[in-house]
Amino acid sequence: MKPYDMPSNDGHFGPYGGTFVSETLIAAIESLKKEYLFVRDDPAFQQELAYELKHYVGRPSPIYHAKRLSESLGGAQIYLKREDLNHTGAHKINNTVGQAMLAKRMGKPRVIAETGAGQHGVATATVAARYGMECVVYMGAEDVKRQAQNVYRMKLLGAEVVPVTSGSRTLKDALNEAMRDWVTNVHNTFYIIGTVAGPHPYPMMARDFNSVVGRECLTQMPDMIGRQPDAVLACVGGGSNAMGIFYPYINEANVQLIGVEAGGEGIHSGRHSASLSAGTPGVLHGNRTYLLQDDNGQIIETHSISAGLDYPGVGPEHAWLKDSGRAQYVAINDDEALQAFHDLCRMEGIIPALESSHALAYAMKIAPTMSSDKVLLVNLSGRGDKDMATVAERSGITL
Amino acid sequence: MSRIDQVFTALKAQQRCALIPFFTVGDPDLSCCLPTMHAMVESGADIIELGIPFSDPMADGPVIQRASERALKNNVRLLDVLNVVKTFRQTNTTTPIVLMGYANPIERMGVDAFVKTCHEVGVDGVLVVDYPPSEARALSQALAPFAIDPIFLIAPTTTDERVEEIAGLARGYVYYVSLRGVTGASHIDVADVQAQLNRIRQHVTIPVGVGFGIRDGETAKSIGRFADAVVVGSRIVETIEKAEKEKIPHEVGQLIHELRQALDNAL
Repeated sequence: MKPYDMPSNDGHFGPYGGTFVSETLIAAIESLKKEYLFVRDDPAFQQELAYELKHYVGRPSPIYHAKRLSESLGGAQIYLKREDLNHTGAHKINNTVGQAMLAKRMGKPRVIAETGAGQHGVATATVAARYGMECVVYMGAEDVKRQAQNVYRMKLLGAEVVPVTSGSRTLKDALNEAMRDWVTNVHNTFYIIGTVAGPHPYPMMARDFNSVVGRECLTQMPDMIGRQPDAVLACVGGGSNAMGIFYPYINEANVQLIGVEAGGEGIHSGRHSASLSAGTPGVLHGNRTYLLQDDNGQIIETHSISAGLDYPGVGPEHAWLKDSGRAQYVAINDDEALQAFHDLCRMEGIIPALESSHALAYAMKIAPTMSSDKVLLVNLSGRGDKDMATVAERSGITL
Repeated sequence: MSRIDQVFTALKAQQRCALIPFFTVGDPDLSCCLPTMHAMVESGADIIELGIPFSDPMADGPVIQRASERALKNNVRLLDVLNVVKTFRQTNTTTPIVLMGYANPIERMGVDAFVKTCHEVGVDGVLVVDYPPSEARALSQALAPFAIDPIFLIAPTTTDERVEEIAGLARGYVYYVSLRGVTGASHIDVADVQAQLNRIRQHVTIPVGVGFGIRDGETAKSIGRFADAVVVGSRIVETIEKAEKEKIPHEVGQLIHELRQALDNAL
């Protein structure tokens, strides 16, 4: 079999991906593409990146065998890739370090970002402080209200947070606004997109920067258990943590790849964020992919208990992996994710992000159906400290 | 010869610059559309660009985004936009209509079905903002058998090589984006626009229109001295936003009339 080599030179993953932007953005994207393709194969850049990931981010992150949890389920063994232990508490920093280094190299003194829950905003504000860059983060006005603590974190780190009041006032509108800023200020500004979406080369670039996660697993799993896992699971909103752990495993044909989307209140309720499970192909934010849209091609509002999965699109490479059958995509609803969240807290002393709790919940669902010599590797993409208010509220507790 | 070609040929003979107003269909509601379009024509518009509402108009500024939001509140669909053209054509068979919008509503309808309906109702040009030439192949192929022109944007940052590529695909006219940023921004640099048009015309033989940032008669006049067309969008949408509903056709007509006079006085 031919090794996996997506995307094509023009950024397509089969029919997905591409560069669906106004001509006004093309020059910026072309220059980014040129620069990124250079550093991708540049040993000096990669060496500096490796240094930053080790000494600033704290990599490699360990893999942990969740024995008590696995025993309680009485089936497959669950292993956790501990991205929650990274600096800033999630996988997002892997990508922002890389893109900020690229911004510095391109001589851009200002970086901008969109954010939903605020994790990518915090990770961007962090690297902007680290490299001495001006930072502006666009955040839906609704999210600014819901995530006051992350807003304050970004401000502490020196970033300006701009509430976005257009459209549905959430992540997708923040992305629109960031694009508008970029097209206006492209001469001095680098746009750090937080997920594997957007026009080419962003899906490839964010994947590459996050794929350190999967590369580490490829060597860590044989060290721990003498082989690769039977399946790798990750939650999928835009899909960056999932691409990060999936990508190095694509050529490992015996390893099943399972993406877990946010089923919200259930797919049939219509209140969810499961673009791959319940969406249709279309064009949004610079790429063709599966979208949650109405019959007239308007993007519809999404729902998830986890703000980080609350997005109506998904990275185009996931769309391709779904159609090609290399990965399977399933949905976990709010209640199931919450249960997994509580179980991991109580049984392993690890507070997971609500996003990651979706992947964990699906692993817990299938583990009992498998024999105890099977191994499920879950990307624990972030820690749950940021979710205290949400979880407390769901439990009827006011902090 | 397409309707758009006919308009430019006639204007060229008179050495006049085309005036192309834009507004979003369904803003503030569907009933205003036709009277507004007719008022535009009576006041001196040569071509009308109709915006297709979209939930995520990434390349537009706040003014045109709000217009989309108002239209979507009324559930205005792409099909409604096409119906407006159909009705307009019952009384006006000469003024070219260009549809301007984003890819997703069109792909949802299906590119072929969209083009077929465009042909049936009498659309003359289509500009899909997020279809740069590399992603516009399916649309260009679908348009080819019909007298519907694919309209493309050219930006200040578009390289000569790309201008050449666009020249090979574009028909009707090309739309030069006169400043960096989104629709509705200000600070247009007239001398810079003129220099850019000279550059573009080394590759493009069809008419070149200029849009983004043309907000008044004075600017229209100075741009109209060297452009083949001026496109006015956000300023019209602002007028629609501020006016009482019954007065929209009249107030938009007045604005068009002022712009028309300014353009003609430039001669």
